[in-house]
Amino acid sequence: MRVPRRIFGLTIVAACLAVSPDVQASLGGSPSSVQDDRVHMQGALRQVVRSGPFTLHELQSASGVVVREYVSDAGTVFAVTWQGATFPDMRQLLGPYFDRYHAEADRLARSRRGHGPLTVDLGDLVVQSAGHNRSFSGRAYLPGSMPQGVGIESIR
Amino acid sequence: MNRWIIIGMLVVAQHVTPQCGNGSSSSSGVPQNMVVINLNAGPTGDAFNVPFVSVTVCLPGQTSGCQTIDGVEVDTGSSGLRLLSSALTVALPRQTTSSGSAVVECFPFQDGYTWGPVATADIRVGSEQAGSVPIQIIGASGTPAAPDSCTSSGGAAENTLDTLGANGILGVGIFRQDCGPACGFVGSSNPGLYYACGSSGCQITTESLTQQLQNPVWMFPQDNNGVLIQLPNVTPPGQVQASGLLFFGIGTQSNNALGNANVFTLDNSGNMTTTFGSTRSPGFIDSGSNGYYFLDTANTQIPTCADIKDFYCPTGTLTLSAGNIGANGRSNTVSFSIANADNFLNLPDSLLPQIGGPFAGYFDWGLPFFYGRSVFTAIEGQSTSGGVGPYFAY
Repeated sequence: MRVPRRIFGLTIVAACLAVSPDVQASLGGSPSSVQDDRVHMQGALRQVVRSGPFTLHELQSASGVVVREYVSDAGTVFAVTWQGATFPDMRQLLGPYFDRYHAEADRLARSRRGHGPLTVDLGDLVVQSAGHNRSFSGRAYLPGSMPQGVGIESIR
Repeated sequence: MNRWIIIGMLVVAQHVTPQCGNGSSSSSGVPQNMVVINLNAGPTGDAFNVPFVSVTVCLPGQTSGCQTIDGVEVDTGSSGLRLLSSALTVALPRQTTSSGSAVVECFPFQDGYTWGPVATADIRVGSEQAGSVPIQIIGASGTPAAPDSCTSSGGAAENTLDTLGANGILGVGIFRQDCGPACGFVGSSNPGLYYACGSSGCQITTESLTQQLQNPVWMFPQDNNGVLIQLPNVTPPGQVQASGLLFFGIGTQSNNALGNANVFTLDNSGNMTTTFGSTRSPGFIDSGSNGYYFLDTANTQIPTCADIKDFYCPTGTLTLSAGNIGANGRSNTVSFSIANADNFLNLPDSLLPQIGGPFAGYFDWGLPFFYGRSVFTAIEGQSTSGGVGPYFAY
């Protein structure tokens, strides 16, 4: 797995979060949902990085999948990314968006004419997934919740 | 010998030699380490850029109880043979845990997952044979429904012909097993591909390397260090159908020599580095992807199609280049073309050499990359004339 040791141009500002009883899932959720994801993943919080109008929380699951969650100053998880030998728990990660994502992925599987990366674009929700045996990555984001001036090239 | 004469001879040979030989060439002189790849619309009738072969499975240790299944997709992006239950008539013995529970796998692909029990079969592809190989039977009836931890793992369930798009997947990729040591770990560090399904439902179980799905190629007694895929050049915009060749072994016979191919060794995840402009991505060569998939509109300035976001729809034909760099430092620049997918998708063509689409995380050299090339995929830990695998070479 290819995980950069540090992120250039960003500054590490904190490395711990309060444990929260809140069980909201991540995408579209509050900052406390990041901690719920960490607990669910039985993983570790690797770093919290401040970058312009958002804060990036990087988690690593017990099985090695690295998840990054992007939290806006408005307090919304507007994007998540993942990278690892397998997938993270997408139901946990996408929360209220999972069912729509899954239904569209199913529709696309029936209409596509071969295999390749998956792009689910429902307007208010975009999920992209790619990779191969033992190496997968992807990202999900809410275009309507992206902080002003943040492009999708920042979500990786 | 001309490749297409060989194909003709091989087709004849397949019909007159139903049982296999054990040498490198038959009495007819046709090399036995190769099989014809069919590039056509496949069992669903609408596939494009998908390479299909026929695979024979037999009851382990028996010459009877065999079945040949066509329309099986050749995939250098995964390891292991997976067959749709709906295409299989032979009752292959199922793998069980020590307590008698069925072993069932949830296997992730980039666009979905397959769910089905592990069974054991003798496998024959062309004239190469492997005995008692664990395979997956996708969508087998009588198997419990996939648990939440499986359905939450990725995209769509691909357990039927219309969702899988093939009668099976022949994974001839860089790994010996589909999962590797991690599936032998106890507890939360196990990635959770294998399940034990008993009366109390399905729970993630440990699966040793020898129990896991095996890349059939490394189980062959010879020609077992990798594969060579040779597909014809395709003139744009496309071609209705064509044939190619899948060779087993690298440098093991006169027909699978590396020659002057560039060898790109890989990192632990099986990736090269691919550069496009100033962007560097993990890169891989995948016969199981039906296009060039790379970056996104923000990087490339190429718009995606209005209706299908999976594909690029530039106004004209774009000639692009990208560089592959191996872990060994070997580098090579590849020129390729992307044209408007909307102009192709209504054609009756199963070979579309200029189709591509976005993905920001990887550079995925899909099947169009193979057209007009000899592409080698070497298996981890296997010695070849170009060094020890894993690597890609072309």
